[in-house]
Amino acid sequence: MTDLKYRLAPASEMSRYCFPNNAVSGDASRCVCLIDSSTVEEINHIVHNGGLYKRPFNEAFEETPMLVAVLTYVGYGVLTLFGYLRDFMRQWKIEKCQNATEREEQKDFVPLYQDFENFYNRNLYMRIRDSWNRPICSVPGAKVDMMERVSHDYNWTFTYTGRVIKDIINMGSYNYLGFAQKTGACQEAAAKVLSQYGAGVCSTRQEMGNLDKHEELEKLVARFLGVESAMAYGMGFATNSMNIPALVGKGCLILSDELNHASLVLGARLSGATIRIFKHNNMQSLEKLLKDAIVHGQPRTRRPWKKILILVEGIYSMEGSIVRLPEVIALKKKYKSYLYLDEAHSIGALGPSGRGVVEYFGLNPEDVDVMMGTFTKSFGAAGGYIGGKKELIDYLRTYSHSAAYATSMSPPVVEQIITSVKCIMGEDGTNIGRARVQQLAENTRYFRRRLKEMGFIIYGNEDSPVVPLMLYMPAKIGAFGREMLKRNIGVVVVGFPATPIIESRARFCLSAAHTKEMLDTGGSVLATRTKQFCKYTWEQEEV
Amino acid sequence: KRVRDTRTKLAPAYHLILEGILILWIIRLLFSKTYKLQERSDLTLKEKEELIEEWQPEPLVPPVPKDHPALNYNIVSGPPTHIITVNGKECINFASFNFLGLLNNEKVKSAAQASLKKYGVGTCGPRGFYGTFDVHLELEERLAKFMRTEEAIIYSYGFATIASAIPAYSKRGDIVFVDEAACFAIQKGLQASRSNIKLFKHNDMADLERLLKEQETEDQKNPRKARVTRRFIVVEGLYMNTGDICPLPELIKLKYKYKVRIFLEESLSFGVLGEHGRGITEHFGINIDDIDLISANMENSLASIGGFCCGRSFIIDHQRLSGQGYCFSASLPPLLAAAAIEALNIMEDSPDIFQTLRAKCERIHKALQGISGLKVVGESFSPALHLQLEESCGSRENDVKLLKRVVDYCMNSGIALTQARYLEKEEKCLPPPSIRVVITVEQTEQELDKAASLLKEAAQSVLN
Repeated sequence: MTDLKYRLAPASEMSRYCFPNNAVSGDASRCVCLIDSSTVEEINHIVHNGGLYKRPFNEAFEETPMLVAVLTYVGYGVLTLFGYLRDFMRQWKIEKCQNATEREEQKDFVPLYQDFENFYNRNLYMRIRDSWNRPICSVPGAKVDMMERVSHDYNWTFTYTGRVIKDIINMGSYNYLGFAQKTGACQEAAAKVLSQYGAGVCSTRQEMGNLDKHEELEKLVARFLGVESAMAYGMGFATNSMNIPALVGKGCLILSDELNHASLVLGARLSGATIRIFKHNNMQSLEKLLKDAIVHGQPRTRRPWKKILILVEGIYSMEGSIVRLPEVIALKKKYKSYLYLDEAHSIGALGPSGRGVVEYFGLNPEDVDVMMGTFTKSFGAAGGYIGGKKELIDYLRTYSHSAAYATSMSPPVVEQIITSVKCIMGEDGTNIGRARVQQLAENTRYFRRRLKEMGFIIYGNEDSPVVPLMLYMPAKIGAFGREMLKRNIGVVVVGFPATPIIESRARFCLSAAHTKEMLDTGGSVLATRTKQFCKYTWEQEEV
Repeated sequence: KRVRDTRTKLAPAYHLILEGILILWIIRLLFSKTYKLQERSDLTLKEKEELIEEWQPEPLVPPVPKDHPALNYNIVSGPPTHIITVNGKECINFASFNFLGLLNNEKVKSAAQASLKKYGVGTCGPRGFYGTFDVHLELEERLAKFMRTEEAIIYSYGFATIASAIPAYSKRGDIVFVDEAACFAIQKGLQASRSNIKLFKHNDMADLERLLKEQETEDQKNPRKARVTRRFIVVEGLYMNTGDICPLPELIKLKYKYKVRIFLEESLSFGVLGEHGRGITEHFGINIDDIDLISANMENSLASIGGFCCGRSFIIDHQRLSGQGYCFSASLPPLLAAAAIEALNIMEDSPDIFQTLRAKCERIHKALQGISGLKVVGESFSPALHLQLEESCGSRENDVKLLKRVVDYCMNSGIALTQARYLEKEEKCLPPPSIRVVITVEQTEQELDKAASLLKEAAQSVLN
């Protein structure tokens, strides 16, 4: 590095070529950036609360091009018109009605479904229904076998041909660290426990369902996360929906991100607390809500709030964005509220040793009041956990709905988690865990760069292994899924109502088990076959 | 010459006066002070900061006393089968819902092993996104065939089954008539649905009919609204909290009379009641299509994990897009689905176990009668009974402590029992404290007699 030039630049210009210049200036808001091969610049990127970030935070949500938005609305309009036409024909018996119908004896009962609720289902979803619920018949690893199914009546019914499509590159399963395996240490340990303990438990934690395996798991998870204590539950969804009501109730305030998962929304609703939504990952919006809440108190009575709980996720699975955790923690400390962090997708997938989003930002796990996560994604098992201080876990052991009424976790599943956590921590004596975490980070960077170079619009953070690729138009959802399957690549496509109506997308979930060849195959298929209908971006990277 | 326009006239006097008043009024309004709404007094920045400084939240969780009965769990070392090691002591298991003894069955375990070798442990995705395995489809088909319905849908968690099924059909504005003794999962499902809940007294058909009649008169006042308000009755086949069964034939009559749909929760009665274990519909000989939705969990008789709903396709298919616990959660691990399929095979191949179980239940029900201080709550053929105190000692806390002493006495002598656990502040109708007695097919007659006599002894020594 010869002559360093200096200039001031906005945060939006921070790119993957920047790395923090902490060693030189001790200031995380200054970077050393390679602009072209001959010059190197030191740039002071003005980052809001930049001092809190020890690494560049690169997130991009490119705006929908105007033409595309208009065409998408037109597309939906055409589909709706056709939908009305078909409904009309079905009503007048011109077209055969394939829907299941009510029993004859119950025809005079109040109809179970309103016609309009099912309009979307009958006329839009049904046309591209084959993109979802694809049945597989092998372990959901990097490559998967799928059962072939055909429909002779435009997706109303499916029949299985009996043929199995082998070795489809699996970019849809949440297998971040590649622990979905049918051989290996994890599987062997699980098999041993299965033969010793059986598959079920037949009782709840508070009654007779608390096995020694559960206690072992909880101590291990607490050590893994760096918290005092932890508790494990049988279902990730239920971990949220049954524990948030135990923590907050009437008279408390919940500040929830716009794009939170259905389980967080359900848990917040069941708790009975007041819910206020802040814009996705927008710290100014969150700060405004916090200020207003404390200054004005509860609506109408003006009593002060009992507690304020902020609900955020580590990685948002539909956007691929990572929460701005340093800023959230700074706000939480300033306004004395509590933080509930749902690391369903980020545990195991972020951080140099897979400890999640807290380690990714270099923060202290004790700053997060309630660390929640799931075992489904990075550990290849099922279930969820909550970690935190000992008082919190003692309280949950006594008052959590799941501990009192729901059956505890199945022993072989517990053993799978124990073995995979030990592997990630390196306690099994091998380097496999560490290698996988690094492989995932490399795969993420590589794949995202390739897609950007090809000209697709990719949402989300540079480091997130969830890669949403924008499709926008409804017809492309079905076409994209089918074209990729023809070339033996399985992807997930999502449309309304999981996403806003004009922002349909395809989502790639990268895995440590994906080799470079698989990613290259995926990339080349995208470049050649599907690029005609997916290239939208006007921005070209200046390299 | 200038022609004078004869049409111009002076405006009438009242017109001028009116205009003058209006102009004066406008001038007044322009110069008067604007209203400050009383509620929104603008605080200064300094005042806001002071408020933020002063505000002290409650601690995230209140401290739990160390001797809270639900805090210290029993630790079971090894499998929770017929002979169970609790807190280091070997006992006979009268506390796990392993009715058909399938928890330790070798065939079930080997089916699960085969599945583990083929699929690994987890499914790594929800049903919609590559989480549907052929094992799930097979299990759904087998359950539908066993229960003789059109379709079945499986969930990965027993609690989430009924708690997701109810809100999928019943929305805000709909009416649900539910029994008082309904279990907590049903209560949470009802809370999530935001419908109008009407509780009727436990198993009291007259009370239910009264509520239905009241609703009918309401409907006549507003027939337009009544035409779009869905109504449901939610009952359990065999109630977890009271051990008795619902009067299903009368419910069916009420269903057709008042046009209400029935949702039946069969977690305890599936694999227990009926000649072939098909549940309460087989027990009463009722056509299964008369029940709109049957929901059960696979964690009791089937000794696996998860739950299922079965019924006509018209009803069940809706949950594939609206059941929250189905769409937004990972699917059931294949090894557990394979274990459930094998358990179903065993249930179909040896239907005499249901008769054996019933005989054992009758035996212990008779043997437990006449214990001084404790009364048996539950039907004679129910495998999950409650033993409640005949007379309460005043407060629930003391009752719980007393029952704990009875349980400890039994545990020390080799019979593993547990108290029925509830969340006291969350239940709508909290049942009184009780000891749960669970009968399984694996318990021998000597063990049943031993348990009964031990309970008699314990009651004698602790309660007298």
